Amino acid sequence: MVVGSLSEDHGLVNRDGGMPRPAQGRTKRNTRTTCPRRPGYISPSGEQTSSEWTQVDSPLVIRLEHVTKVYKTTPRPALQDVSVDVVKGEFVFLIGPSGSGKSTFLRLLLREEVPSKGRVYVSNFDVARMARRRVPRLRQSIGCVFQDFRLLVNKTVAENVAFALEVIGKPRHTIRKVVPEVLQLVGLEGKANRMPHELSGGEQQRVAIARAFVNRPLVLLADEPTGNLDPDTSQDIMLLLERINRTGTTVLMATHDHSIVDSMRRRVVELDQGRVIRDDARGVYGVGR
Amino acid sequence: MRASFVFSEVITGLRRNVTMTIAMILTTAISLGLLGGGLLVVRLIDKMQTLYSDKVEVSVYLTNDVSANDKNCSQQPCAGLRDELTQTSGVESVTFENRDQAYARFKQIFSSQPELIKLARPEALPASFHVKLTDQSRSDVIIKAFTGKPGVRSVDDQGQFLNRFFDVLNGVRNATFAVALVQALAALLLISNTIQVSAYTRRTEVGIMRLVGATRWYTQLPFLLEAVVAGLIGSVLAVVLLVVAKIAFLDKVLQAPIQSGVIPELGMLDIVYVSPWLFLVAAAISAFTGYVTLRLYVRL
Repeated sequence: MVVGSLSEDHGLVNRDGGMPRPAQGRTKRNTRTTCPRRPGYISPSGEQTSSEWTQVDSPLVIRLEHVTKVYKTTPRPALQDVSVDVVKGEFVFLIGPSGSGKSTFLRLLLREEVPSKGRVYVSNFDVARMARRRVPRLRQSIGCVFQDFRLLVNKTVAENVAFALEVIGKPRHTIRKVVPEVLQLVGLEGKANRMPHELSGGEQQRVAIARAFVNRPLVLLADEPTGNLDPDTSQDIMLLLERINRTGTTVLMATHDHSIVDSMRRRVVELDQGRVIRDDARGVYGVGR
Repeated sequence: MRASFVFSEVITGLRRNVTMTIAMILTTAISLGLLGGGLLVVRLIDKMQTLYSDKVEVSVYLTNDVSANDKNCSQQPCAGLRDELTQTSGVESVTFENRDQAYARFKQIFSSQPELIKLARPEALPASFHVKLTDQSRSDVIIKAFTGKPGVRSVDDQGQFLNRFFDVLNGVRNATFAVALVQALAALLLISNTIQVSAYTRRTEVGIMRLVGATRWYTQLPFLLEAVVAGLIGSVLAVVLLVVAKIAFLDKVLQAPIQSGVIPELGMLDIVYVSPWLFLVAAAISAFTGYVTLRLYVRL
């Protein structure tokens, strides 16, 4: 059984120019299987699937297997027996009240935390058990966006985006090529030389998204990306995330924003007190609650 | 690894907290300067030991009676003493120096102090045997055997005087090393503190670096290099300090004994010989401190 891994092959260089394509049907596949699939696996959309289903088109990108996370400081688990699978190219909302475990969920994927029990897979990384020195490789295949943008205030827009590539040792000519490309993708062409404080909140978040996406990650994690933005700007950001999702990048977004979840009609995973209480393929933000 | 990136990070890091950097550099420089001074004393001792090892003699001074009456050691007890000395094991050669020769040598040694020569009379100087030993440590045997013999006034081991002098130098060296050590501790703490401050001021950058998957080397090397660069600047300063100390102080104070060949000169070559060690110590210690600090106090 093969679970396609793209972590080695989501190169910066877009060979055809223009937008990156969804990676389906690429010939280069990593045959290492660290994301095992059992027969009778239930897909996110609820159908029983055969094993072929996974091989060609929809490899798993994220899998949590009975994950429990207990922090030393509190006896109540932040996550309790959570199992979630996310297929490549999905757009998933992670919702739930504050303290429901959304942040822990995201931190586990990034290996900022290690689960107390259970296993976490991202692409072909066995996240909880991998060696520490391989963690940077994992993180290179995950992009991150936050509520507070986290831009470097003393660097220009282009420098902020380039920084993400510089620090992972990408060659300069690659950086010179891909940074303008990604700025165009997020709609910031012409603002490359602005400083972050000269931009609106929405534009700053675009820079952050550009920085998260510039290395063409497999997964984009967004933690309340619209939390600081007005509804119209939020809408624009969501359109951008959708566009990124259409390139084949899996998007996992933690949010409180009802209207966005309701209007997008994507998969919704709801957490409450560390448990998954709902996993709808085309969900809305908690109707009956 | 992009060298230019790391390098520019180091420069901005050092510039960002200039005061701490200067304090760190100065402390390191003083510590290393003292270490270098201690190493120079070690070299001085080495040089002196080779300089004197074949020159140190045991002097057997003869009584006034012998000195006055026996100009070429042909009578007893002088001749007998000479034979006995020559036959003692471990003795390489025995030279007789009569009173006139002693006076001539005295005049030569103190040629720069004529008033001293005026005061001295040849009659005050004893004749003596200069006994050269094949093995310096055998001097005790000669002293024991010849002290109190008829015709012998006293037996004097120049080596003992020299040893006292070496003791003084060793003391100076130890004191220098001790102060250098205390200073080194201060430098260590400053390096550690500077790195912590530096890591704190750059926490956003470092956070982003971690997030986008920069390796440990990328996140930590700038901090390490910052410490090492400051350490190396400190060691260069230490070498400058040593050169200045040599030219402005040592050369002047020790001018007379150096010129008369009593103390070997410490040349620029000695400083050149010592300085690579200072560079090495600076780099190693600052890198080590940096590494430990990053490991223990800074979560990168």
